[in-house]
Amino acid sequence: MSLLEIHDLKVCYGGIVALNGISFGVNEHEIVTLIGANGAGKSTTLRAIMGLIPITSGTILYNGERLHGLDTQKIVEKGIVLVPEGRRVFPNLTTLENLKLGAYLQDKKTVEPNLKRVYELFPRLKERHWQQAGTLSGGEQQMLAVGRALMANPKLIMMDEPSLGLAPLVVKEIFSIIKKINEDGVTVLLIEQNANVALKTANHGYVLETGTISMTGTGRELLENEAIRVAYLGKTR
Amino acid sequence: MRIKRNTILTLAVAVVLVGLLYWLSFNQAKNGMLVSILQKSAIFALVAVSMNLLNGFTGLFSLGQAGFMSIGAYTTAILLIPVKNLDGVYYMNGVSPFIRAVKVYLATLPDWFQAIYPFIALLLGALLAAIVAALVGIAVLRLKSDYLAIATLGMSEIIRAICSSPQMDKITNGSYGLNKIPNFPPLLGGLIPAMLTPFIVVAICITFIMLLIRSSYGRAFKAIREDEIAAEAMGISLVKHKAMSFVISSFFAALAGGLLAMYMRSIEAKTFSISLTYDILLIVVIGGIGSVSGSVLSAFLVTASKEWWLRFFDQPLNILGWQVPLFRTGFRMIIFSVLLMVVVLVYRRGLMGSNEFSWDRLLGRFKRKKLSEGGVK
Repeated sequence: MSLLEIHDLKVCYGGIVALNGISFGVNEHEIVTLIGANGAGKSTTLRAIMGLIPITSGTILYNGERLHGLDTQKIVEKGIVLVPEGRRVFPNLTTLENLKLGAYLQDKKTVEPNLKRVYELFPRLKERHWQQAGTLSGGEQQMLAVGRALMANPKLIMMDEPSLGLAPLVVKEIFSIIKKINEDGVTVLLIEQNANVALKTANHGYVLETGTISMTGTGRELLENEAIRVAYLGKTR
Repeated sequence: MRIKRNTILTLAVAVVLVGLLYWLSFNQAKNGMLVSILQKSAIFALVAVSMNLLNGFTGLFSLGQAGFMSIGAYTTAILLIPVKNLDGVYYMNGVSPFIRAVKVYLATLPDWFQAIYPFIALLLGALLAAIVAALVGIAVLRLKSDYLAIATLGMSEIIRAICSSPQMDKITNGSYGLNKIPNFPPLLGGLIPAMLTPFIVVAICITFIMLLIRSSYGRAFKAIREDEIAAEAMGISLVKHKAMSFVISSFFAALAGGLLAMYMRSIEAKTFSISLTYDILLIVVIGGIGSVSGSVLSAFLVTASKEWWLRFFDQPLNILGWQVPLFRTGFRMIIFSVLLMVVVLVYRRGLMGSNEFSWDRLLGRFKRKKLSEGGVK
């Protein structure tokens, strides 16, 4: 049984169908990626899992328990966190305040050890703990967003385009940290447009196209797949 | 070392302020104007801080402050008007028999109750406003920014209209308003003179709001202000925290309204029109949206310059026998408005921005000046 199981998930915005019955699973301790073009429904999937938008039909199971229909608060308490698209750090709060907000629902005792762990992963955040988050660079903000999510003791961390708008070197750094987080026992569900890095990092991949899953496979299989190379990796025929 | 220095400085300033207030309370007769302005400033400081909690820290642009103040003011006033004055106050329509019965009963209670009764009245007014805020909040807090402002503004006007409506004649005395409201009561059995009571109540309330803002709730409020979606993804319940901020803000606005009723000794529905909300909004903006100390500072500065420092502009002025033409009644408000524009242009984010007062910052300012003077060769 997978940690997260999604069956026939359908989400509509008004009359527009964003997700047309997708099914996939995320196994524990794996890195799973959803790739796809703009408007394929990747972010919608994550928002639906987090309970930020209502679903039309289908089921979302976490550890065999029903997740859909729960409040976001309850979902975070279960150990699922989202690193939202475009980082969305709290710009006028300091780095430290941002991190503490990540632990909002957590026991106070876990804050100190988690903070230590985040500072070990991202020494840069420790240096800048007093600085307003809005004044950090894009890469540092992404690190802060990931660090903030880690403060919530996640079992499953979902990342929405962590490479968005970052320099290639920084993207590499972020992805090596994602691997490190995964090695510590956190399951990762990753959404990416940058199919190349995402598939290289992931154990499993799903390709999302206009609201349906068109292909699945291990990261390596998908990387070598001809259709994917043409569509997402910029290979010319 | 530095923390110790700051504590000493804070204590010193507090002692000086308390000493000054005590001195004023013994020389009240000579300094009537100063005392009354300071009291009014303190009351406005509390409303401004409560508005700042909502507008500055939670990011909910609400303009309902005057409405909640009027709930607090009317409740406190009705509860406090002495039984012997009831007929005089409600001379047109008479008072509701229920209110009279309750008040007659309460007047028979022992002395210790009479000593705390004014504070119970203040709290009841504040609680009533908090309940109204909770009910209204369910409906209006889904709205965002400008729409929320309009909705709360409308609510404030509705409360005012209800207070002055003929149907409420026997309770709020309709458009005649209430008077003969007793002044501030002394605290701790007369140990603290009545003149100081508003300052102490306001100080306690502002301290509470400060503690709230520094707690994890305060951090959640700020997170909602910064980014609702990210805050929600962190597991912060938007509905709960917004409602909490709205209710607490209304509670303290109403408490300040009750103090205002005691300060003015007579109230009418017109006192709590939209312009009162704007006056408070002005204080909040000048002080800095998101700064408690800024709101307090600006409450004192704005009230003092409006009522006191600029008074001489209203009097005719003669220089060497030539009468300056503009110095007439009302000129003060023009100067005041010009000053406001200058302040806003110079301090674009209010006097304090979103920072709180700190000794390090204040002393750092002098130090930096010294350094730059010394740095010039």
